[in-house]
Amino acid sequence: MPDGIVLACLVGLPFVAAIVAGLLPTRARDTASMLAGAVALVCLGLVWSAYGTVSGGGVLRAELPWMPQLGLSIVLRMDGFAWLFAGLITGIGALVVLYARYYMSAEDPVPRFFSFLLAFMGAMTGLVLSGHLVQLALFWELTSFLSFLLIGYWHHTAAARDGARMALTITATGGLSLFAGVLVLGHIVGSYDLDVVLAAGDTIRDHPLYIVALILIVLGALTKSAQFPFHFWLPHAMAAPTPVSAYLHSATLVKAGVFLLARLWPVMAGTDAWAWTVGLAGLITMLIGAYIAIFQNDLKGLLAYSTISHLGLITLLLGLKSELALIAAIFHTMNHAAFKCSLFMAAGIIDHETGTRDIRRLSGLNGPMPFTARLALVAAAAMAGVPLLNGFISKEMFFAEALSATAPVHPLLNVLPLAAMLASAFSVVYSLRFIHGVFFGSPPTDLPRTPHEPATWMRFPVEILVLTCIMVGVLPAATVGPYLDIAARAVLGDATPYYSLAVWHGVNLPLLMSVVAMAAGVTIYLILQRRLREGMDGPPLIRHLDAQRLFERAMVTLSWRLARTLERIAGTRRLQPQLRLILIAAIVAGAGAAFVRGVGPGNLVPAPIDPVLALLWVVGAACALGAAWQAKFHRLAATILLGGVGLVVCVTFVWFSAPDLALTQLTVEIVTTVLLLLGLRWLPKRMQSSSAREPEVLGRTRRLRDLAIATAAGGCMAMLAYVVMTRTPPELLAQHFLARAYLEGGGTNVVNVILVDFRGFDTLGEIFVVGVVALTTFALLRRFRPAADSVELPEQQRDQLEADEARHARDDGRHVADWLLVPFTLTRLLFPVMLVAAAFLLLRGHDLPGGGFSAGMVVAIAIILQYIVGGTEWTEDRLSLLRPPAWIGTGLLLAAGTGVAAWAFGLPFMTSYFSYADLPVLGKVPMASALIFDIGVFVLVVGATLLMLIALAHQSVRGRRSTPRTLPQAKASPRVADAVGGGG
Amino acid sequence: MSAAILFWAVLVAQLLLAAAMCCAVVRLLQGPRAQDRVLALDTLYVNAAILLLVFGIRTGSPLYFEAALLISLLGFVATAALAKFLLRGEVIE
Repeated sequence: MPDGIVLACLVGLPFVAAIVAGLLPTRARDTASMLAGAVALVCLGLVWSAYGTVSGGGVLRAELPWMPQLGLSIVLRMDGFAWLFAGLITGIGALVVLYARYYMSAEDPVPRFFSFLLAFMGAMTGLVLSGHLVQLALFWELTSFLSFLLIGYWHHTAAARDGARMALTITATGGLSLFAGVLVLGHIVGSYDLDVVLAAGDTIRDHPLYIVALILIVLGALTKSAQFPFHFWLPHAMAAPTPVSAYLHSATLVKAGVFLLARLWPVMAGTDAWAWTVGLAGLITMLIGAYIAIFQNDLKGLLAYSTISHLGLITLLLGLKSELALIAAIFHTMNHAAFKCSLFMAAGIIDHETGTRDIRRLSGLNGPMPFTARLALVAAAAMAGVPLLNGFISKEMFFAEALSATAPVHPLLNVLPLAAMLASAFSVVYSLRFIHGVFFGSPPTDLPRTPHEPATWMRFPVEILVLTCIMVGVLPAATVGPYLDIAARAVLGDATPYYSLAVWHGVNLPLLMSVVAMAAGVTIYLILQRRLREGMDGPPLIRHLDAQRLFERAMVTLSWRLARTLERIAGTRRLQPQLRLILIAAIVAGAGAAFVRGVGPGNLVPAPIDPVLALLWVVGAACALGAAWQAKFHRLAATILLGGVGLVVCVTFVWFSAPDLALTQLTVEIVTTVLLLLGLRWLPKRMQSSSAREPEVLGRTRRLRDLAIATAAGGCMAMLAYVVMTRTPPELLAQHFLARAYLEGGGTNVVNVILVDFRGFDTLGEIFVVGVVALTTFALLRRFRPAADSVELPEQQRDQLEADEARHARDDGRHVADWLLVPFTLTRLLFPVMLVAAAFLLLRGHDLPGGGFSAGMVVAIAIILQYIVGGTEWTEDRLSLLRPPAWIGTGLLLAAGTGVAAWAFGLPFMTSYFSYADLPVLGKVPMASALIFDIGVFVLVVGATLLMLIALAHQSVRGRRSTPRTLPQAKASPRVADAVGGGG
Repeated sequence: MSAAILFWAVLVAQLLLAAAMCCAVVRLLQGPRAQDRVLALDTLYVNAAILLLVFGIRTGSPLYFEAALLISLLGFVATAALAKFLLRGEVIE
């Protein structure tokens, strides 16, 4: 198979399968697990198919240029090292899938789990196969994000949510740091391509920015691999389902940091700075992790801290200036994956079958689950480094390296072997604790479930992994030797030193250290045993060094206190200061621009004043001033006055030959008036005490200041308009549009042709926005709760009801029906007339004033009129087609569909077409595809306008349903009526 | 001659209509009752429609007749809404 296909399938297949799994029904546990297992096995097969190439030292490579001019391409690259990791990811992935099939409860939404797991597998494979630094950082963040989803899988528990958030915060921040780091690295090298970077070791190490790149990249690696001081997220990630812990937090995700360090080892390591940052972090982590692990009472907690410790060991090895140490690090990475994964699975089995993971409650499980006990025993022995198991061999290599390390300073030289022995002794202690505490001792009592052996297939992955541990431990060179060699040669190239994988190297210092460490470990366990049984509250000595608490405090400070402080200083919830700020900023900016550029008189002679228009404007100005004057306390009067302003603006548009604008203005004006009136009903009543709150002088000063600001802003606007209008307009697109409207758009109404054709894409975007706004308004109003004092019926209705009741002969509401009879009949008759007007506007819009928008507004007004006069129930009973959300959707589909239809003719999106159709009666009729687009706009405008207004109007209907007719009782408890109204 | 008559007649008509709108605005601003204001707004609409008709005569363009038609067809909806609001305390019930 070609390289490209293999690599693309390896990365792409899991993502595709993740989407498929996500679409499966919630209960499809078996289907989802089969799919996931099949994908993992196929990927493993693909990895294996590349063995031939990589074993000969070859590299599989596929490149897809994306933005070559910026040096950005998608590069997939598999050398021996990446091959080894890809094998680990897919192989252990397959085992984990099998295990998860039995571990996950049928009640959980298992397809979602497998969907995340598969996506994670894809992201991880993409990470190790990345041949481009930016791409690597991208997959890096993707693994962080997917691990967040997996940790938070049981999102109903607080622990899962907190753990997921913490993991995401730490690892994603580290990922950002890594991203910055690889950018610096790419800058140093001049290319982001991994092959180029790996060939530029000396350039990198000698560059002044080397330290910056090193710190940023190492920060990324240390956070991901849970190294001190970022180690604390890993134990909290144990809230994830156990398969996730086994897969992500032992075998793959946390190994990403180690992978990166090893990947860049040839070009970045070898300096003191590297040794200090990486080595020291690894050393501290190894010791602290092992120490804390001893005192964990949760099985998974113990394993989590032991993982931290082992990762510290690997990091420490990577920090040493030795090629052999690098080989040991790679070897231990594999070994750790095998035994830690099986241990997590064993812990999961214990949890699954007994119902608890508390070591203090568990004991004597050897009786009910002997087979699991033996498997766990072997795996734990491997973790402790017992001979004839894989952990022993890598530990020996570690000891040898610790002894021969050439550390930058002298004291460390002496400390390193001791520290290695201490960590090894600790690992013996916690391994013993795990095995002895859980499987030995008196038979278990008081467990949530009666323990028994798990399903055979649930144990199968553990068996495979434990078998691997034993085989590698007994015959290292024959089993794992070739693969380790491939990986090591891929990283080190010709510099690969000689090393020997063997169980027996003769009696030497490392063996002696092993023996001492084991003896020490057993002794420590015997001493601590009773205290551990009783259970301790955290590890002694460093109990108060709680990184988690520090993290949480930092989070609270950042996300809550700081935000609140900033809001207190810079924010306000009052509208007046906000408006004031906006206006002042606008005035300052405008005046500043005028001051800098200068304002001169225009070159056009102003037209003489038309007395009629002048009078009209007096009317408009009077209305505007009156509206501003009345706005605060007489809202209705202000609304009416605003109607006057709108009318004058509309006439002005007509006067200056802008009929399209005038049409739009008129319809919008009417709808706005209705909208304001609808809202007016629910506004709270005037508070009488408001005037007494501040002294008279203060209030007057404030108003004078506001008046000054308003006058200045208005004056500036007027001046600006005057200055613009007394100049010859620059050569803009207008001429171009005028010239081409008919030739290319097929319409003589330039405004409409621009809207539906030349700028059709803008219009499409705008109508989407209108649709979104309408739906949002609808959604918000569904849960709208009016102010308590506006819930009751308006005064007028109460009076009329009382009048109706006083005259018993008449039905309730009869009074009003009589009053409304004439307008009711008239509006019913007018309805079709208005529809005809709308159709007229719509159809001729392409050539003469009109178009989809104004036609839509006219229809909306016509329907609203029926609502106003006929009432909600009457209108909705008769207009069964009245489904505004569907109309919005239809409109959008029509408009977008017209645009897409151009593709069918091989033309770019939104290309319009027009010709003349010869219809039998009407004769030659111009037909433009833009008309269909305009119909889409029309349908959407009708739907959106109606949806918003009716959503508001339904408030009173809802109020009516909830308020009983006998008002005096209901008035006493408006809250009850309100609560009932919420259900409507 | 007839053109001059038409010019002056149209101008006077327009001025008078504008004056009528000024008078309506006085009611609109003064009230005193809300009903007065609503009626004044309606008067404004009617006058504006006629003004546009006269303007159409002045310029000889049929487009203004359409504008006047739409004002007269739709303009009363605002009035109706206001009247309903005054009558019942809410616009749509």
